[in-house]
Amino acid sequence: MPDLLLELFSEEIPARMQRRAAEDLRKLVTDALVERGFLYEGAKAFATPRRLALHVAGLPVKGQDVCEERKGPRVGSPDAAIQGFLKGAGLASIDQAKIESDPKKGEFYVAVIEKPGRSTPDVLAEILPGIVKNFPWPKSMRWGAASREPGSLRWVRPLHSIVCTFGPETEDPEVVRFDVDGIGSGDVTKGHRFLAPGEIRVKRFDDYAPALERAKVVIDTDRRKDMILHDAKDLAFAQGLELVEDEGLLEEVAGLVEWPVVLMGSFDEAFLDIPPEVIRTTIRANQKCFVLRDPNTGKLANKFLLTSNLIASDGGKTIVGGNERVVRARLSDANFFWKTDQQVKLEERLEKLKSIVFHEKLGTQYERVERIAALAKELALIVGADPELAERAARLAKADLVTEMVGEFPELQGLMGRYYATLQGEHTSVAAAIEEHYKPLGPSDRVPTDPVSIAVALADKIDTLVGFWAIDEKPTGSKDPYALRRAALGVIRLVLENNLRLKLYDVAKQSLGILTAQGHAGEGDPEKAELILLDLVQEFFFDRLKVSLRDRGIRHDLIDATVGTAAHSLWDDLLMIVRRVEALGRFLDTEDGKNLLAGYRRAANILRIEEKKDGWAYNEAPDLQIVNDQGQIEEKALAVVLDGAKREAAAVEAEDFEGAMRALSRLRQPVDAFFDKVTVNAEDPALRANRLRLLNSIREATRTVADFSRIEG
Amino acid sequence: MSEPAHMNPARSFQGLILTLQRYWAEQGCLILQPYDMEMGAGTFHPATTLRALGPKSWRAAYVQPSRRPKDGRYGENPNRLQHYYQFQVILKPNPPNLQELYLGSLKAIGIDTALHDIRFVEDDWESPTLGAWGLGWECWCDGMEVSQFTYFQQVAGFECSPVAGELTYGLERLAMYLQGVESIYDLNFNGLEGVEKVTYGDVFLQAEQEYSRHNFEHADTEMLFRHFRDAEAACRKYLEAGEPEADANDQRHLMALPAYDQCIKASHMFNLLDARGVISVTERQSYILRVRELAKACGAAWLKTEGGGVAA
Repeated sequence: MPDLLLELFSEEIPARMQRRAAEDLRKLVTDALVERGFLYEGAKAFATPRRLALHVAGLPVKGQDVCEERKGPRVGSPDAAIQGFLKGAGLASIDQAKIESDPKKGEFYVAVIEKPGRSTPDVLAEILPGIVKNFPWPKSMRWGAASREPGSLRWVRPLHSIVCTFGPETEDPEVVRFDVDGIGSGDVTKGHRFLAPGEIRVKRFDDYAPALERAKVVIDTDRRKDMILHDAKDLAFAQGLELVEDEGLLEEVAGLVEWPVVLMGSFDEAFLDIPPEVIRTTIRANQKCFVLRDPNTGKLANKFLLTSNLIASDGGKTIVGGNERVVRARLSDANFFWKTDQQVKLEERLEKLKSIVFHEKLGTQYERVERIAALAKELALIVGADPELAERAARLAKADLVTEMVGEFPELQGLMGRYYATLQGEHTSVAAAIEEHYKPLGPSDRVPTDPVSIAVALADKIDTLVGFWAIDEKPTGSKDPYALRRAALGVIRLVLENNLRLKLYDVAKQSLGILTAQGHAGEGDPEKAELILLDLVQEFFFDRLKVSLRDRGIRHDLIDATVGTAAHSLWDDLLMIVRRVEALGRFLDTEDGKNLLAGYRRAANILRIEEKKDGWAYNEAPDLQIVNDQGQIEEKALAVVLDGAKREAAAVEAEDFEGAMRALSRLRQPVDAFFDKVTVNAEDPALRANRLRLLNSIREATRTVADFSRIEG
Repeated sequence: MSEPAHMNPARSFQGLILTLQRYWAEQGCLILQPYDMEMGAGTFHPATTLRALGPKSWRAAYVQPSRRPKDGRYGENPNRLQHYYQFQVILKPNPPNLQELYLGSLKAIGIDTALHDIRFVEDDWESPTLGAWGLGWECWCDGMEVSQFTYFQQVAGFECSPVAGELTYGLERLAMYLQGVESIYDLNFNGLEGVEKVTYGDVFLQAEQEYSRHNFEHADTEMLFRHFRDAEAACRKYLEAGEPEADANDQRHLMALPAYDQCIKASHMFNLLDARGVISVTERQSYILRVRELAKACGAAWLKTEGGGVAA
């Protein structure tokens, strides 16, 4: 079956966009084909800096023939009706129509219209221009003389030519002819910009890929990556070194070359005094080069690997020389920053934070540091850290933002602070906290465990959350410019993974107090503050908690059932919420749990119906006198057990969730027996009302542990 | 006729400039001279900013001394200057072979593409003060950025129609690579040797030291604030004065260029104030916005002139 080859040849496509663009091209073309009834055997797309290519294998030569019958007028109808029918069906004379008969209508004409399937190239020529014109590039541009006219073609960079051929293996394929804004399709492409700049005539994918390979173009990104990785490891090995692998860099570098040639350069060993992260960041960010380490010591070597796009006539000597020059200049800069930064102590830098606005309504970075320090000191008591150390660490945590190094490489924030803190003799925990207070940055990032780090990390995040809540800059939909969801998730992970007992509402309230004391975020109106804090804790945090527990495979209905019962003093204690959720899950897996849930539902259903009928709620406690005087034995037993159910509340308060569950399980048998033997809707209205109150007591008793109405299944 | 050795762009800073000028003249560019005002980059030259607007074709190349007061390092950093040269090329509309023309210019200055690794690395350009943006690349030679290559999409808030291609060569950096020196100040300026040799440091080191003092310590901020306000007001005034009467037959604007000079001036005043550290982060945005408003108004006026495409 025939194949399609499509190539869109342009000026250099940004590396970061190539993979996605190839995938989009494949999907757009194959979807459009399938939509028109053209099935295919396989499709693969490729990208290099200068081209997107697509191979669709096993397409039919043409679409399916379609046979359509169209009913016409009755035999003997007026001529005008017959003529109209012939015209509509595309028949020359009425002899071409067949006659069918129907018991009701009698004899009438039927036209059989045969529609042959359209040829695949015709359909391709129709589909492809639109796909090119509306290609979903993240950013696109106009260019050249054509851009004088409105609506001219947009592409990621100027598009130069299009190859499009279609045909079976055994014959010469045909060029699928179409035109996009003056660029006509053909069968000619070009090789590597410098190594094989000439034109190449191609037939189909089977000769396209090897022809390009001969012209020093590897069209498959993954193959280029493999080549780079393989050569890089070889070169490293030959020097007794080990490549510091970097998938992001590898992907990017593979998008910058059509023919990768890996070369090794070196720099002065004296630069190895600079922290290795700085060397790596400098060389990576500015030069897109890999660094190497000594496998024995794990330390960086004074070598780097660059990926060029050229088989140079001097074996790469000039290229290496040029890259070494740039690396040298960059490392000299880094070394200069490293040395000069050390001349100013971190605490002396704080003054500078006064001129950096954190947020217009939340003051300067300096004020922010003051807040974090005050809160960290308070939190230290809760998390078991030395308050003085926590305050010190918080005070210095942002000082590296005004160092030269972080000014140049913002991604080194925290880490540089740690280095400078260590050099100026700060306590190890303080130095560590300066780096770790940003953590965890994402779901896969490490959570700090040193209490000082925990205190500062929590203070930083809670201050940010409370601040933005107070000025009503909450995340909406996909917009979360201040990464507040990440901050909340960070707090949750810090608390849960370190088994911290923290009353979130109270801490947030403290945080808000510190903020308003600075004169930010209003006058500190207590009612408004209450609303802000409840919204932050109950809506946002509990929501984040649900997301995070759901990700860990915990039933969301159990979380809803537990989080929803805010009646007791543990309501804002994240760790306890999770413990209760877990205990509830275990209880519901037991026979007692399942039956009690069924009993609860029966009670709740009856109550719902009867309360609706009567127009009021049976919220009062049951009258035990009535139970004793008129009740059946099962009803008396239930009343006794329910009275004892206060133990659950006590157990929950004592954080004995298993105990609370055990207490609940004692309800199961009497509840079952009650429903078996007792008619709730008794003739005597007083007895009926009292029985309904008894049902309400079941509802109340379970509620101390969880809101059973929110449990599903 | 072979050129004298001291004109070789690999040995002489001025030889590099002359070679680029000759090359682009051969490609049909007008060779203009630097604009006679202080500006942060060659893009500010009206030959780029204003000529990029409107339908008329335009090809020009020129050197523009560029001032970035904040980049001064008292002559102590071998790679940074508060005053340096940019070589600027603008072609409107961009010819389809602009990349090849650019590579030809590298060849002209002695960069052999069989030996050197030339790469086009994504770098989108945006000038908030000019209300301008474009897509393009940093051009790398052996891992070093030697030029900026941009297809202007918008200038002064107006869509470019047609699009212009802009090339900017950082001359000092390029010359350092060609001459193989590690410090800007060691560049051979005239290509001569011995007593006749003049270095970049001979010409500019003292200026770097003096201007760094000026930019960071002594520039009269009160005066600069005043000059900023004056330039802003003058720009508006000239724009208004040049505006055609509503009922006039000739609807051309009469003073777009003098007004734009004041926009350039305001921008430079802002850069000096910024270097003096007297503009806070929040104020910074509002100053940039004020300059952009001037640039936009000047662009609008330019589009109503002959140069901007209005028939005489």
